[in-house]
Amino acid sequence: MSFGDYMLFIVGAILVNNILLAKFLGNCPFLGVSRRMDTATGMSMAVIFVMTMAGMITWLVQYYVLEPLSIEYLQTIAFILVIAALVQLVEIVMQKSLPALYRALGIFLPLITTNCAVLGVAIINIKEEYNFLDTVIFSFASAVGYSLALILFAGIRERFVLARIPKVFDGTAIGLVTAGFLALAFSGFAGLVGGH
Amino acid sequence: MAVVKEFTKGFWDVLPPFRLVLGLCPVLAVTTSAENGAGMGLATTFVLVCSNVLVSLLRKIIPSKVRIAAYIVIIASFVVMVELLMQAYSYPLYQALGIFIPLIVVNCIILGRAEAFAGKNGVAASAADGLGIGLGFTISLFVLGGIREIIGNGTFLGLHVLGTGYEPFTFMVRAPGAFVSLGVMLALINWISARLEARKRRNAS
Repeated sequence: MSFGDYMLFIVGAILVNNILLAKFLGNCPFLGVSRRMDTATGMSMAVIFVMTMAGMITWLVQYYVLEPLSIEYLQTIAFILVIAALVQLVEIVMQKSLPALYRALGIFLPLITTNCAVLGVAIINIKEEYNFLDTVIFSFASAVGYSLALILFAGIRERFVLARIPKVFDGTAIGLVTAGFLALAFSGFAGLVGGH
Repeated sequence: MAVVKEFTKGFWDVLPPFRLVLGLCPVLAVTTSAENGAGMGLATTFVLVCSNVLVSLLRKIIPSKVRIAAYIVIIASFVVMVELLMQAYSYPLYQALGIFIPLIVVNCIILGRAEAFAGKNGVAASAADGLGIGLGFTISLFVLGGIREIIGNGTFLGLHVLGTGYEPFTFMVRAPGAFVSLGVMLALINWISARLEARKRRNAS
């Protein structure tokens, strides 16, 4: 791919095929941590970090461990274990060497193991037969797209306190409807990279 | 009697994903038709029942420090089984659900039930809990998928129910419609349960 192709690829992953709003991955933490801006930012940073690392490592595991041994059917188990171990490792390393960052991201790291966006991106990388460079770029761009949607959504959600919301819609229900409109806004980017 | 109660609570008291707001990704992604919704629900039910039973059987052996990792391995094994079975026996559905079959592994409902229920209760109760919650989840997905399919495509289970003159409101089967319809349905369930609550209180006083 040329440089221009890579730019389109990145814009596509961030805006057009936004992993959260168009592919529905990672919705539980999306609704869970988006009530306040600071938790949303913390979660975003943790996701960018872990998703990129996990994308690279699962790619290596797939092509240097699972395929030579022809045990591809163990992909799901292998990937989830790699991600869980990675999250644990990142947590320990960060606690020792980067205590400031650890305090900021601390509580979000264990939550990421069950963030299906991380496993989802790892599986998409393999399914689309991306090479290593594509995998790194796609994982990072997807994570940036996730963060963008999460932070925008938290910004909107913080203003809910000022709004008069019908009682039955209070909480998650209005959150989902708002996410729908955000998804609608994002689908406006579809024409940007030559349709879906 | 206790087992019956564990079974029936999944249909209303903790009906996922409305009362127990977990596992939203598959709910949003696969409910573009009633059939896909039901297929996803049944696959999840199978994994949920099997993992609940196994976790319950092993609950005295698994050390509590590594229990989450052990639960994930148990769940992942059953997910791989479902994946291979669906690939062999219902290939069109396997293709329609795509990436969301391996992602059953990170469905928080399953890990949530292993942690909150099966790790503390007996085998029969855990199986009933898994089956009730799984079927509740299946019904929710089927209904949501049905609504989205009828409005967004004019069909139900592939049959044209609204006549040929109906102009499909495709918003409903696209991504934004998934969020909005789930939100509206959640509000509806909140409204019904508030009404029931109020009636119960009136009867009591």
